[in-house]
Formats: sequence, structure tokens, C-alpha cells
Amino acid sequence: MTDVTATDVTATDVTATGVPVTGVTATDVTVTDVTVTEAAVTETFAPSTRFAVPGRIAVSNRAAALWQTATITEIRRETPHAATFRFAVPAWAGHLPGQHLMLRLTARDGYVAQRHYSIASAPDDSGHIELTLDHVEGGEVSGWFHSVAEPGDTVEVRGPLSGFFAWPGDRPALLVSAGSGVVPLMSMVRHHRARGLDVPLRLLVSARSPEELIYAREYGAETTPVFTRSAPQGVAVGRMAAAHVASLLAERPPGGWEAYVCGSNGFAEHASRLLVAAGQPVDRIRIERFG
Amino acid sequence: MNVTRGFTGRPRVQNAALPPGQYDAGDDWPVLSAEVTPELTPAEWTFRVDGLVEEPRTWSWEQAHELPASVYEGDIHCVTSWSKFGVRFGGVSLDSFLDVVRPHGSATHAVAYSHTGYTTNLPLADLTGGRAWIAWEYGGEPLAPEHGGPARLLVPHLYFWKSAKWIAGLRILDRDEPGFWEQNGYHARGNPWEEQRYSGD
Repeated sequence: MTDVTATDVTATDVTATGVPVTGVTATDVTVTDVTVTEAAVTETFAPSTRFAVPGRIAVSNRAAALWQTATITEIRRETPHAATFRFAVPAWAGHLPGQHLMLRLTARDGYVAQRHYSIASAPDDSGHIELTLDHVEGGEVSGWFHSVAEPGDTVEVRGPLSGFFAWPGDRPALLVSAGSGVVPLMSMVRHHRARGLDVPLRLLVSARSPEELIYAREYGAETTPVFTRSAPQGVAVGRMAAAHVASLLAERPPGGWEAYVCGSNGFAEHASRLLVAAGQPVDRIRIERFG
Repeated sequence: MNVTRGFTGRPRVQNAALPPGQYDAGDDWPVLSAEVTPELTPAEWTFRVDGLVEEPRTWSWEQAHELPASVYEGDIHCVTSWSKFGVRFGGVSLDSFLDVVRPHGSATHAVAYSHTGYTTNLPLADLTGGRAWIAWEYGGEPLAPEHGGPARLLVPHLYFWKSAKWIAGLRILDRDEPGFWEQNGYHARGNPWEEQRYSGD
């Protein structure tokens, strides 16, 4: 097996059936027991191919099958189009930064709408999680959150889901996003800070304008904002370019960067091409796109 | 039932073609690949079927196009909840490839793999009987790279992560071996009508 591919994985850490564990509480499943095992050798078929999918980050899928009630405890405006919703989820099983969940709303007649959302908060044992949602024009779920939701309202969530776009905090992280694509990456930045990790982490975040920059007050030295329509005095306006990526890749931490790209498909294609052109290996680029 | 206060949702459309928990994405066709879109030309593309078969075989782009053309017109369903109606893919039925390699009687499953190394597992029964294709056209045009071009697997009766983009081959097996998303907690089969999204559903 010469390439690091999606098959460099261990199947054994996936619970055989994902049957929900009864009696799961916030204390017996926390982020600390998420196993991080990669590139374990198994008999899983490994194709020999030219390109490569990054290896998977192993996570527990024990909680993924359970729908849980999440109660809104706080709503914070981030930008004119985005707000953060904090939820109490008492039996939340913990997550890794970058993971997402499925959320569903149920109407009186039984009609259900469900969507995947990235988790914005860092993993902690508070029994709370945060989501930051764009107000999508005509969106039935985001429309409810932005127009109707109040603290005390309940929704249902299921997760955390998927280990592919997760960052365990064990490797240098180069985070690249546009718009609300910053949400799962902010979970990584917050985790990095909360744990005082010394592994390098950099964030390149694109927004239309300073007013549209989500989490603007939280960024520190790790972050380089890129403004595409209007920028503060003295800051260039323009699309994310090779120079932005090159200056970050010039730093060569031991083990190399793991790149995480999140944004619209158009942005993800653009940013991943910039990374590849700048020499970032394709098997070290993880992409999450939204439609 | 856990009713959400004040939530009404979109106008109800009685659409018997919409599987449970799905919505109609209309003209959108979201791209959700987890890896960098490969720069793969038709001249570089190959498709191989091996494993538990009488005659393992690799087809080039031209050789694959010599097989009888076949079209899928219908719907596709993504696990992230969107469905897309009335799509039209052109390519070759997977039966045409399997008729050449002749799977052994003991064969039950396959792992489909991409030129990126992405994998997904399927029961052989879901790949035969005119229900699966190697597709290289969409709406009469060459399939776009971000949608899996030059060619992708198409298994439209299952959630769309089973329809591996940039398809490179099938390994025919006598057991089910979880692929990329299946090892990441997704369901082994992924039937949208039974809402088999995640392992345990």
C-alpha cells in the first residue's frame, strides 16, 4: 500500500452495528475516549490509485443513532446574516472539532425537516453545544431559527457524525474557509485555545466585508482574514490568492500541515487548487462543502 | 412526536417519489466530495472489475464506450437530505461489464473504488439487473469533474454516496467490506426508502 488512502483505516473501532448504547450519559462518553487511530493495517481492500483520499480520523459512532432533545439557551447575533444558537443537550456524547450533527424540526402535522450542521463550539463537558447558522433565503430550517426561535425552544439533534472532517488536536492544522465555512474550523480554533495546544494552527478566513466576518472579535494571531468586497482601511480587497496560501505553507512544522477546507463548492474547488498548486499533498487536504 | 413550536415548514407537496426525510433540491446539484477533485482525463481513465470473477478485465475509455449505450432517467437522493428529480445520465449498464467478467456463484458484494482511493461497498444484487451504470454524460453533456467526470458509478436507488465519483473499479467479494463513509458511521446499504442513513438505522 503506497498511497495513504481512505482505506488506511481501522474498521475495528467502528461499533459493529452502531446500536445506541443505552444509559449513555455525558459523563461516560466524553471526547476524551474518542480514539484516534489512523493508518492501522487491516484486510480492508486497498485500491492502488494515483490520487488519494486522506486517512480517516477514527471516532466513536455510539451516539450517532440517538435523537436527543436540544433546548436553546442563548442566541447571539454574529453578522447581519448569521447567528449563534447555544443548546443544552444534557446527554451529549462529546465531539471532535470539525464534526457535524443532524438537526430536525417537526411541524404539528408530523412534517419533518432535517439538515446537517457543523458544530461551532469546542468539545467540553458543559452539556452544551453551539451552532452558527446563516439565514438562508427561503430556508425552512434556518428561517425558523432566525425568525421564530427563542431561548427555551426545543429541537432534536443526532450526532456527532462523521470522522472525516475532524481535527483531534494532534497535528498541525491549516484551516481555510469562506463565509459560514468557518464554523467547523472555529471549533478547532477554540479547542486549540481551550486546551492550550502547542501544535501549530493557522486560519485563513474569507468574508465579503468586515461586517460579514463571523466571529470577528474572537480571532487572534493565528488568523488571516481575506475580504472580497470591502475591507478595513489599509487592507487589500480581493479573492483568496496563491500568496495567502504560500505564506502559510512556507512555515513547515514537523509532520507537515493537515489542511481543512470548508465553504461553498466554488470556494472549496478554488482553495483546494491553491493548496495543491502550492505543494500541499492531496492526501492531506480534507474538504467539507455546502451546496 | 416532538413538535417544534412555531415550525410550519414548506408547503406540503404530495410527492410519492420523495423518500422519507428528503426535500426536493430543484435545480441545485450540491457537490459534497471530501477530497480534492482529481484532474483525470478520459485518456487516463480506466475501469477494472476483478476479485471473484472468471475473467478480470480492465477497460479503457474507448473500450468502455464500445459496450451498448444505456440511459438512466429518474431521481437521485443524497443522505444529506436533498433529492433531485428528473435527471438523465448516459453511459453503460453495469450488467454489460459484469457479463464479460462473470462473477463466481459465491460472489455476494462488491467494493467500488475511485481514482482518488475513495471506496464504497454494495451488495452485488444492487449492481445488477439494470439498476446500476457507469455514467459519463449528464443532461447530454460530458459529466463535470466535480460531479465525478470523466465517469462515475451510478446506483440511483441507493443514497448517492454509493455512486462513487471518478470510478476506477469494482472488487467482487464474497463478504461485505465497509467503504469510506461506511467506516465513518454511515449505513452499509443506504436505501433511501428505508431511511438507512447511519449505521444502526
